[in-house]
Amino acid sequence: MSFFYQFGKYLLFLKGMFSKPEKLSVYLDRTITEMNNIGVGSLSIVVIIAIFQGAVTTLQIAYQLISPLIAKPVIGSIVSDSSMLELAPTITCLVLAGKVGSHIASEIGSMKVREQVDALEVMGINSSGYLALPKIVAGLIMIPMLVIVSIFLSNLGGVIAGEASGILTSEEYLQGARESFLPYNLFFALVKAVTYAFIITSVSAFQGYTTEGGALEVGASSTKAVVYSAVAILFSDYLLAQLML
Amino acid sequence: MIELRDVRKSFDGEEILKGINAKFETGKVNLVIGSSGSGKSVMMKCMVGLLTPTSGNVFYDDRDFTNLEYSALREVRREIGMLFQGTALFDSLTVEENVEFTLKMFTKMTKAERRDRVNFCLEQVDMRGINDKYPAEISGGMQKRVGIARAIALDIKYLFCDEPNSGLDPVTSRLIDELLQQITEEFNITTIINTHDMKTVFDIGDDVIFIYQGNNEWSGKVKDIKSCDNEMLTNFIKASFF
Repeated sequence: MSFFYQFGKYLLFLKGMFSKPEKLSVYLDRTITEMNNIGVGSLSIVVIIAIFQGAVTTLQIAYQLISPLIAKPVIGSIVSDSSMLELAPTITCLVLAGKVGSHIASEIGSMKVREQVDALEVMGINSSGYLALPKIVAGLIMIPMLVIVSIFLSNLGGVIAGEASGILTSEEYLQGARESFLPYNLFFALVKAVTYAFIITSVSAFQGYTTEGGALEVGASSTKAVVYSAVAILFSDYLLAQLML
Repeated sequence: MIELRDVRKSFDGEEILKGINAKFETGKVNLVIGSSGSGKSVMMKCMVGLLTPTSGNVFYDDRDFTNLEYSALREVRREIGMLFQGTALFDSLTVEENVEFTLKMFTKMTKAERRDRVNFCLEQVDMRGINDKYPAEISGGMQKRVGIARAIALDIKYLFCDEPNSGLDPVTSRLIDELLQQITEEFNITTIINTHDMKTVFDIGDDVIFIYQGNNEWSGKVKDIKSCDNEMLTNFIKASFF
């Protein structure tokens, strides 16, 4: 019952958020600031994860496919497809659920327990719209961009690992990647990225917005935001794969 | 003028406000007193729309605030300023940005006009020259003053203050009291203050409402308090001074 009650509250929170904004220019300013926080602020961690993810996947695929019957470019094709279809969108977004999600929940949660959200309401401002909408829009724009960066860097990591270990040359890797490339896979990755972006930002904003109590509860909301976002990402990952592949 | 008609509020079946009737006159400092847990803050939250009364009505100059459409409700809220117990200034904004906030949201003022208005409001609370400081960089008393400046930035008609003196030293408390009285008279607004501080009541109060266990136990003029024969109020006043 509690799940349905919370889910109903979440839907009402989303509905309340989309009322007419007080002043569009203020929302635009806030969206740009949030784009910087979410996108630029997360770039370094995405870069590190993507490169290592591609490199390790290349080594592990090579380890499993040691056979004179299998052409080396196959390794490139498997790594690039796995990066695009699963690793880059899902792993990147699980990491972002931790970084961006906890930040959003703790920021809004702190404002809630310190009466700043009440202050917005008393001023006649739609607080859920003012606080959450710019973050959601910024996430929907920036997270797919981060996923594209992650796909590119994951392949770069694969190329570097292949060359460094002598398993396959960059030409062989790129040949495999080119031959197996399907534009639909990229589209699928972007659909995933947009879905996950919405989950991370809206679930975390909701957790922050419904915080009641003090510092302890802010921490609990932050944890819940990460856990619920991660579970929802994995669930929707399965659902999207079932529907679209 | 603000009027409460039989306002009741319950949480999980427990009635916190038990049918409050009260009138708060324009141009006066109206004080709501009562011990902790008596229902003062719940009453104030019902008045500003942060809580919805279980039953009863709140009228702002004949506008039934409890039954307004959301858009009309927001219009009334723009006539309301509120000073919160913990000031509720936005941490990520400077003092100037905090005071400018409502102007930016609701007016078509140019940047220069907004800056003039911010400086005017900060002058009213004697807080010139701290425009670029963040709330964390100023003292509690200064934060309260900035909170008042933010509350009056728009041309408000109603000012609500929840425990404006809490956490302040006696000297700063008196300064805040004087400031609230001065602003009420100067802008002819309806000011409602929740307080425990009987010194505030006798220094700046015009009308007083004493809330006891969710009821409007006594209401009247400040000058009549000392001569009243309400036992609850007498005990509260005695406990406040000794």
